[in-house]
Amino acid sequence: MKKIHLQEIDGNSAGYVGLLALLGAFVLGALGSTYYMEHNGHWVTGMNNQIVWGMPHVFAVFLIVAASGALNVASISSVFNKKIYKPLAPLSALLSLALLAGGLMILVLDLGRPDRLLVAMTYYNFKSIFAWNMILYNGFFLFVGIYLWTMLDRTLKQYTRFAGFTAFIWRLILTTGTGSIFGFLVARSGYDMAMMAPMFVIMSFSFGLAIFILVLMASYNWTDRPLGDVVVNRLRKLLGVFIAAVLYFVIVYHLTNLYATEHHGYEAFILLGENGGDSYSKMFWIGQILLGSLVPLALVYAPALQNSRKTLAVASILVILGGLATMYTIIIGGQAYPMEMFPGMEVLETTFYDGQATVYNPTLAETLLGLGGMAVAMIIVAVGIKVLGFLPQRLDDASIDPHHKAD
Amino acid sequence: MSKETINISRRGFVEKTATTFAGISIVPGVFLHQVANAKPADQPATADNRWGMLIDTNKCASGCTACVSACNEENGIKTSDHPNHDNQTTTQQWIRKVKLRDKQTGHVVSLPMMCQHCEHPPCVDVCPTGASMKRADGIVMVDRHICIGCRYCMMACPYKARSFAHETVEDPKEYAPRGKGTVESCTLCVHRVDEGGTPACVEACNEAEHGAMIFGDLKDPNSAISQELKKHGGKQIRADLGLNTGVRYQGI
Repeated sequence: MKKIHLQEIDGNSAGYVGLLALLGAFVLGALGSTYYMEHNGHWVTGMNNQIVWGMPHVFAVFLIVAASGALNVASISSVFNKKIYKPLAPLSALLSLALLAGGLMILVLDLGRPDRLLVAMTYYNFKSIFAWNMILYNGFFLFVGIYLWTMLDRTLKQYTRFAGFTAFIWRLILTTGTGSIFGFLVARSGYDMAMMAPMFVIMSFSFGLAIFILVLMASYNWTDRPLGDVVVNRLRKLLGVFIAAVLYFVIVYHLTNLYATEHHGYEAFILLGENGGDSYSKMFWIGQILLGSLVPLALVYAPALQNSRKTLAVASILVILGGLATMYTIIIGGQAYPMEMFPGMEVLETTFYDGQATVYNPTLAETLLGLGGMAVAMIIVAVGIKVLGFLPQRLDDASIDPHHKAD
Repeated sequence: MSKETINISRRGFVEKTATTFAGISIVPGVFLHQVANAKPADQPATADNRWGMLIDTNKCASGCTACVSACNEENGIKTSDHPNHDNQTTTQQWIRKVKLRDKQTGHVVSLPMMCQHCEHPPCVDVCPTGASMKRADGIVMVDRHICIGCRYCMMACPYKARSFAHETVEDPKEYAPRGKGTVESCTLCVHRVDEGGTPACVEACNEAEHGAMIFGDLKDPNSAISQELKKHGGKQIRADLGLNTGVRYQGI
C-alpha cells in the first residue's frame, strides 16, 4: 500500500455552499419546531400520555446507534489492524462524533424541560440506564476525540492503537446501554428482553456503515477524488454481512417472543397487525424486513451489480430508511401495544385507553426536529473535512493495493 | 337509712372521681396519639410508616367517579376545557376508573387505578435525575423541580399511572405544584397525609357511602387496612413483577 495523504477539501464550490445552506435550512426548521413545541407544550405534537416517545426518539436513537456503528471502519483498522481501512479511520471517527451530536441534540430538544439540561448533568441517579447513557455519551466524545487526535497528530501515532481499542470497547458498551434503555423495561411486552442490547450493537454496525458508505462516496464524487473499487467493494461486502446479522437477530428476537405464550399478543400485533397493529405490522414487514433488509441484501450480493456505485448507494439508503423503520416499529409499536395490566380480563370501560392500541400521528414539527438532527451531523462532517485533513487524497485501487490488476 | 345514703354517695363519689381521672388521663392520650400520627412539618417522613390503600372492588360502584372528581378537584387537574384543543389523549389523569370482565367467567369488576406506590418502583429506577422518588414512608412521587421531562418513567411504569403536562398548568394548587413539561402522578395526597389526613379519593368514596377504599399504615398491625388485609387478604396488580405495591385490591 502506498503512502496515502489526508487533505482538507477546498470547500469553495457553489455545490458545497449550497449543501451547507440546505442542511442549515433543516437545522433552522428543527430549531423553529423546538420553539413551537416548547412554547405551546407537547400537545401540539403527535405524542400523548400513551405514546410518550415519538418521532424525535425514532431519529435520536437511530443516530445514536448509527454513531457507534460509524466507528466500524476505524475500529477495523486500529483494533484488527487491517491496513486498507487505515486512511479512512479519521473520517470514520469524525462521522461517529457527528452522528452522536446530532442524535443528542434531538433528545435534548425534545425534553419537556430542555432548559434543565444543567439539572440533567448535575443530578445523577446511578441506577438509571438513562443516567448511565449520559456518562457513556460523554465518554464516547472523550475517547473517540482522543483517538482522533492520535490519528491526526503524527507525534502521537504510537498511541493510536491503544486509543482505538479504548474507543472500540467504549462504543460497544455505549450501544449496549442504548439497547438496555428498552431491554430493561419490564412493563412492556415488546421490550423486557436482554437481547435488545446485542441486537442494538449489531444494528449499529449496519446503520453506521451504510451512512459511512454514503458519506464516503458522496464526498469523493463531489470533490473529484479517485475512489477505487477495492475499497468500495470491501465495504459493500461488509455491509452485506451486517445486514444479514441484523436479520438473524431480529428473527431470533421474534422467535423467542413467539415461544412464550405471554408474548403472543405482542407478536400478533407486530407480525400480523392484529388488535390495531396494522400500521406497525406494515412498517415491520415492508419497511424493516423487505426494504430495509432483503432488498439491500439482494442489491449488495447480486453478481451483476458488483461494481455499481449507484446500486450500493441505493442499498445504503435503504438500510438507513429500514433502520428508521426498525426504530419506529420498536419505539412506537412497543408503546402502542396495550400494556398487559389485567391478564385474562377484558377492559369494558376506561378513560385512559387501557387495553387499546394507541394511534400515533406524528406531526411535521417533531419530524423536522428529527431531520434537523441528521442535518447537524452532516454539517459537522462537511465542515470537519474542510477544516482538517480527514479525507484521503486518493483511494484508487493502485494506491490501496499495488498488486491490483484491473479486470 | 342515712348511713346507706352516705355509703351510696361515697360509692358514687369514688366512681365519678375514677371516671374523671380516667377521662383526664385517657382523652389527651387519644388526642395526642392522633397528633402523633401527623408528621411535624419540619421532620422528614420515616420508614416507621408505609402508607397504602386497599380497594374492595365488590364495593366499588360501576359508573361512580367520585374518587376521580375528588382527586381532580384536590390537585387542580382539569380534564376538559383545554384552552387550545379537545385532545383527550394529552389530558393528565392521576386516577381513573376501569371496568373489567373476566374473559372466562364473565365476572365484571370496577376499580380505580392510580400510582400503586411500589416498594421497588420501576419509575424511580429509571429516572436519570432522581426526580422520580420514593419517600421513606413509601409514597412515590415526582420532584417537579428536577424533572427534566424525559418521560422515561412513563415508559417504565407498568400501571400507566403517570401523565405528562402537555400544556401550561393554570392555577396549580400551592400544595400540589405542577408545571408544563414535567411528569406527574398520584401523590397519595401527601399534603393531607403529612397532616394526619386521608387522600381525597378515599374521603370521597366514603362520602358517597361506598366505602370501597381504605387508607392507612401497612406497618401498623392495628390499622384498619392491616387488619382487613390480614383477615381477607388483597391482591397486587401485576404481582408477577414483584414490586410489592402499596395499593392492594380485593375481588379481582
